[in-house]
Amino acid sequence: MKNLWQKLVDKYGYPKVFITILLIILLIIAIIQKQSVYGLLKDSLVRIGMNSVLVLAMVPSIVSGTGLNFALSIGIICGLIAGCITIEMNIVGLKGFLTAVLISIPLSVMAGYLYSILLNKVKGDEMTVGTYMGFSVVSLMCIGWLLLPFRNPEMVWAIGGRGLRTTITLANKYDKVLDRLITLPNVDLPIGTFLFFAVCCFFIWLFLRSKTGIAMMAAGSNPRFAQASGINVDKYRTIGTILSMVLGGIGILVYAQSYGFFQLYTGPLMMPFAAISAILIGGATARKASISNVIAGVILFQSLLTISLPVINRMMPEGNLSEVVRIIVSNGVILYALTRVGGNE
Amino acid sequence: MGETKNTYIIELKEIEKEYYGNKVLKGVSLAVKQGEIHALVGENGAGKSTLMNIIFGMPVIFNTGGFSGEIFFEGRPVEIKSPREAMELGIGMVHQEFMLLPGFTITENIKLNREILKDNIASKIFGPKLKTLDVAAMRKDAKKALNELGMNVDEWLPVAGLPVGYMQFVEIAREIDKKNVKLLIFDEPTAVLAESEAEKLLDAMKMLAAKGIGILFITHRLNEVLAVADNITVLRDGEKVGTMRKEEASIEKMAQMMVGRKIERVEKSKGRVEKNTEVILSIRNLYVDMPGEQVKGVNLDVYRGEILGIGGLAGQGKIGIANGIMGLYRAKGEVYKNGKKIELNNPRKAMENGLAFVSEDRRGVGLMLDESIELNIAIGAMQVKGMFLKPLLGLNWIKLLDERKVRENALKYIKELDIRCTGPTQKTRQLSGGNQQKVCIAKALVLEPDILFVSEPTRGIDIGAKKLVLDLLVKLNVEKGMTIVMTSSELGELRSICDRIAIVYDGKIEGILSPQDSDTDFGLMMAGEYKSHSREEAL
Repeated sequence: MKNLWQKLVDKYGYPKVFITILLIILLIIAIIQKQSVYGLLKDSLVRIGMNSVLVLAMVPSIVSGTGLNFALSIGIICGLIAGCITIEMNIVGLKGFLTAVLISIPLSVMAGYLYSILLNKVKGDEMTVGTYMGFSVVSLMCIGWLLLPFRNPEMVWAIGGRGLRTTITLANKYDKVLDRLITLPNVDLPIGTFLFFAVCCFFIWLFLRSKTGIAMMAAGSNPRFAQASGINVDKYRTIGTILSMVLGGIGILVYAQSYGFFQLYTGPLMMPFAAISAILIGGATARKASISNVIAGVILFQSLLTISLPVINRMMPEGNLSEVVRIIVSNGVILYALTRVGGNE
Repeated sequence: MGETKNTYIIELKEIEKEYYGNKVLKGVSLAVKQGEIHALVGENGAGKSTLMNIIFGMPVIFNTGGFSGEIFFEGRPVEIKSPREAMELGIGMVHQEFMLLPGFTITENIKLNREILKDNIASKIFGPKLKTLDVAAMRKDAKKALNELGMNVDEWLPVAGLPVGYMQFVEIAREIDKKNVKLLIFDEPTAVLAESEAEKLLDAMKMLAAKGIGILFITHRLNEVLAVADNITVLRDGEKVGTMRKEEASIEKMAQMMVGRKIERVEKSKGRVEKNTEVILSIRNLYVDMPGEQVKGVNLDVYRGEILGIGGLAGQGKIGIANGIMGLYRAKGEVYKNGKKIELNNPRKAMENGLAFVSEDRRGVGLMLDESIELNIAIGAMQVKGMFLKPLLGLNWIKLLDERKVRENALKYIKELDIRCTGPTQKTRQLSGGNQQKVCIAKALVLEPDILFVSEPTRGIDIGAKKLVLDLLVKLNVEKGMTIVMTSSELGELRSICDRIAIVYDGKIEGILSPQDSDTDFGLMMAGEYKSHSREEAL
């Protein structure tokens, strides 16, 4: 028994093993509570699809050596701006979604490039600087959302007619266009979103095996080695950061189409943290990450959140304990991972 | 005074010390009298620092299993277990790197932790922890110590802005201000000083000795030894080669004792090449800003097909040459390969021009420790020469990793260089030092360089592996005609495989020797005495 435990921990790492056990316990309790397990699992899948691309956005930043992208909110904001622009232009449906993705890319590239200039000046402290950079940009954009010249009455405050609302509904725009892209009879699952995520994963996987991707990996794995191998370390850190921001922008659009709303203002504030927890639970570290970490992480983390909510609420109807559990788990995992930055030597 | 003159302040008897099974001191005995300046000379790694650490009770000694042998201080056997105990006995140490607080004044530095205190109201009520500093008295003491050294610098100045020479004197002033100091250890005190400052320091040492303080002076500047020392002990490979009085000593003699005959083998088949003097690489006026290994204007020609050794003591800049040419540290000057100028400060350009480098910092620069052997070997050639790539679906602008070729290549080198591993996908972190070094060499060889720079190829690897690595270099040179520039701190190693050996002193080439040249010449060059010495002989 002890051997088995040790083997599991060695192979999958503490976070994965613990979260899996917690998940199983929650599921058993759910069955005892006579909750609809089918419903819980379905909700989990929806949330997994929703968050998948955001989690994937962590990969290029970790691989290029800038660590976990705590400033992903910058990319998220770029995605939100692009989304608002398509609504302003009144482009709806799948076309609207794809237009938003296309518009978000140049915005994210620009933001990622500027942010990488900062990152290349604070080597070693990227994660701390990134956290506060993310917070600052979100706060700055709180002013921005008020001032941006959007006119569409569905987005601006009803009274006064200036400034965007905190929540913009996507009903009749591109609510669930990916989720319902492919529908099978009697199965209501976000197959389209999964497909989109799979395509993104495939491209990142290809990229990581290209000459550029391998140079980026070397720059992240050992900058001095990379330099001695004729690799321009700063350049590849920049590429990694830009790629992460672009995926962040696309990620939020995928998230929003499934969720049905854009959340502006402080909406993006804590979003990087959920993505970071997920990839860390998936077995990534601040220096090493792979596509499989993304997939395992997003499945474990989002199922945990989805299932724990109704189960714990049923156990203790008063208060919002499930929210507390979510915060403990997600921040606890980040804390654990950050103590491991140096590796397991 | 007369009777105490003959008592030893410190006597070391049969000191032995090993680090992890590696003997660094093999029964060294040494004694210093009152008022004597005793010089301790030897190459890097001869055991000088270890001996000093033992006398000063540094924790590193006890953390690695202690030492054997006896120490007598003023005739009594003592056990020095910490620097604090050493200080209480009256042993002071002037470090090579300054141990001063830059933001504090000279006085504060001299009196640190030994401040003169006076009472005030608070201390009378709440106890002695709250006593105030008696700044006036402290300044007076500091001034006195500085005056003794012949320094007239204001004692209230902060240390931060002082010239290095002054800092060294502040450090000495701190030691002599300790009232009971009986033995002072100077660990290469002149290494960072200009000549005039060094002279002043030597004067100060003589003066301190005249007051009856025993001085142990570690250096590799042989002229300084002759200038001040009463007795000289030479260490080599942890053994005492000899002790002599000043009158018996000469620079040649010390140089020869320092280097010694320690060539185990000359491997190269003699009739191999008729002397080739076609210059393949020429270095002109090279300056490299590498911390601790500054290169200050090197001129050097490398001949096609030779193994050129670059030797010299640590810190003189030998390591900086290859690092500068390969673009890893900022360099200026000119480097020509086959008459074509190579752009400096650009590792990629250097590699494209057929240079390859095996770094002295294997784990820091040489390898990605968390990646596989095969990727470590392939990555340089992939990035610089576009090897190991294949197009995606026939599209030439998307190049993907060609795993099959990477694997084949890794297997080839694992076999050729005999890299002991579980397979090409093993992480390099798990390999032993010698095998890691082979991966580094394989990485350089994949680039198919015309000139291979190898820095400290045998550092930190065991003896068996050392021989393998050296044999490998000779094999590459003989069989593939590769020009090799090998930098090493181990002279014996250079003399065993090199055709010519350039000795670096103070950032410049002091001279070029053949491996068969005498120990004296090598010793003199490493100590920077060769040119001046041969001048004297000519007179």
